[in-house]
Amino acid sequence: MSAPNETALGLTESRGVAGRVLKAVTYLLVLLVFAGPLLALLVGAFNHVKDPTQLSIVPNDPTLENFTVAFDQNVLTYLLNSFFVVGFGLLLQVAVSVLAGYALARKRFRGMSFAFVAILATLMLPEEILAIPLSVVLSDLPVIHVNLIGSLAGMIVPVGAWAFSILVMTEFMKEVPRELEEAARIDGAGDLRIFAQIILPMCRPALGVIGVFGFTMIWDQYLLPLLVATDSSSYTLPLALRTLRVDPLVTPGVVMAASLLALLPSIIVFLLFQRSFVHGLSSGALKG
Amino acid sequence: MTSVDEVKPVARRAAGPSPRTAHGPAGAAGPTAGRRVRSRRSGRWWTPWLFLAPALILFLYFKFIPMASALTMSFQDVQPYLGNRWVGGENYATVLSSDGFREAAWHTLVLAVGQTAGSMLLGLTLALLMEGQGRRISFVRSAAFLPVVVPIAVVAELWRIMYHPTEEGMLNSVLGLVGLGPSGFINDPDSSMVSIMLTGIWRGAPYDMMIFLAGLAGVDRGLYEAAKVDGASRLQRIRHVAVPGLRAVLSILFVLAAIRGLRVFTEVFLLTNGGPDGSTEVVMTVIYKLGLEQNRLGVAAAGAVLLFLATLVLTVSVHLFRRRGNA
Repeated sequence: MSAPNETALGLTESRGVAGRVLKAVTYLLVLLVFAGPLLALLVGAFNHVKDPTQLSIVPNDPTLENFTVAFDQNVLTYLLNSFFVVGFGLLLQVAVSVLAGYALARKRFRGMSFAFVAILATLMLPEEILAIPLSVVLSDLPVIHVNLIGSLAGMIVPVGAWAFSILVMTEFMKEVPRELEEAARIDGAGDLRIFAQIILPMCRPALGVIGVFGFTMIWDQYLLPLLVATDSSSYTLPLALRTLRVDPLVTPGVVMAASLLALLPSIIVFLLFQRSFVHGLSSGALKG
Repeated sequence: MTSVDEVKPVARRAAGPSPRTAHGPAGAAGPTAGRRVRSRRSGRWWTPWLFLAPALILFLYFKFIPMASALTMSFQDVQPYLGNRWVGGENYATVLSSDGFREAAWHTLVLAVGQTAGSMLLGLTLALLMEGQGRRISFVRSAAFLPVVVPIAVVAELWRIMYHPTEEGMLNSVLGLVGLGPSGFINDPDSSMVSIMLTGIWRGAPYDMMIFLAGLAGVDRGLYEAAKVDGASRLQRIRHVAVPGLRAVLSILFVLAAIRGLRVFTEVFLLTNGGPDGSTEVVMTVIYKLGLEQNRLGVAAAGAVLLFLATLVLTVSVHLFRRRGNA
């Protein structure tokens, strides 16, 4: 008797009454702990109570007032800034990753291991460690002498190259059969044609993976916008939450409404592309 | 998008070499023939470098130049407009002898260890509990995974509100139900560290769970069956079948989590900003305050270099450890 669904704990297969109850209680507890706080955020954002720090499961007297106050506090501008940064940042990041991935996966050239090591090395240099010099570099880029401080471009360009995306892309592009490329070469196709018309269309699942991860990574950025933004006109929404909170005139309910707006895009992207997400997470981490 | 324009000329040139018809897959299989063919059809030597250029230039500007300037700044007294003065190891001496930094390093270590251990233990437990197929279980899994995709700033603001220190605060009223509390959470020096740790575990455990689930999926199902036939209990199945199958995953997660833990910034910055009474000051909040609030860039850079060395040592030693274990 074979059991393909066999698991280590075997909890899913428990059939008895005790097993079922145990299962239900476990799942409920997990839901309560991990999704509960987000539900509290959702409720709190629509709640009218004077002190929204209190726990309530259903909004007593739901209202949109928190959102109208939030919009009066320019939350819409911050949200648009965030969308601008994530849109162009992601576009740049995906373009950079597929180009680099093509060279690393489909080419053999002198200095390739050097390039590979350089890309891997950046994984050891997160922006936290580089924060101080990065703010100096951003204010006057060497050689071209451009000041990115105070501009949204300063939050976009630095996230343009991300080792994770490049490595995922490289792994995927290696899988495309050589024969396809050779056939195209015989027909006289150049590198750019082969890249755009053969390799790239075969890598659509990988594009999903780096797209979802790139979105989450850029949307989650905090330190970089903190270094770059000089005044509220260049705040992203995550950055603005703190400013809202320390404003004595703003109630926690408004902070929750703004937080909900900052949260929704990432939840929506996750729910839509869950498959890519989980796929990238397991393959990326296990290859390590 | 400019990067696409950059490579355009290559395409025309790369198309130049006359197409070879002599080789098929069989011809390419021979090592010498394969290499000759490859070098011919790959166009100019710099074609791959053009494809790599956007990535390498961006990395140069935003990773390597900042790292190099962190190193030089760490040996200098950085004075904008006046010119930097070379001070040798003075900045390092300042950092290492400062009580504040040493205390912050200790807090960072405690937080990193606590969060890493907590997330991995809870993540493994969750993975074992929720392994399997079915619509209900995959719904619970997805819901449990949500904290991972919540932006860190939202996590911090949300938990700040939940940690409200009065009796009516969200978590305090939950504690009240079981006859505990009220706790000051992040507002009390005694519980502030644990509170930050808890928030970190809430966000870290589901991530670890997903990785563990992927690892568990790779364990041979037949082994469970065999263990069952041999009369192994559930606990024995986990200890002797599942966990050994997860060894590679465990070490990867450990490195990732430990490095993330050492450079923790945003959640501390937003939840407590080092307070109350400096009870949650970590290395990164100290560096941030030194560099961007007090403008002591040289000292801050020295702190950053030390933090980099710590993560480097950690990564290298885990790699060495793993290699020895595999041999």
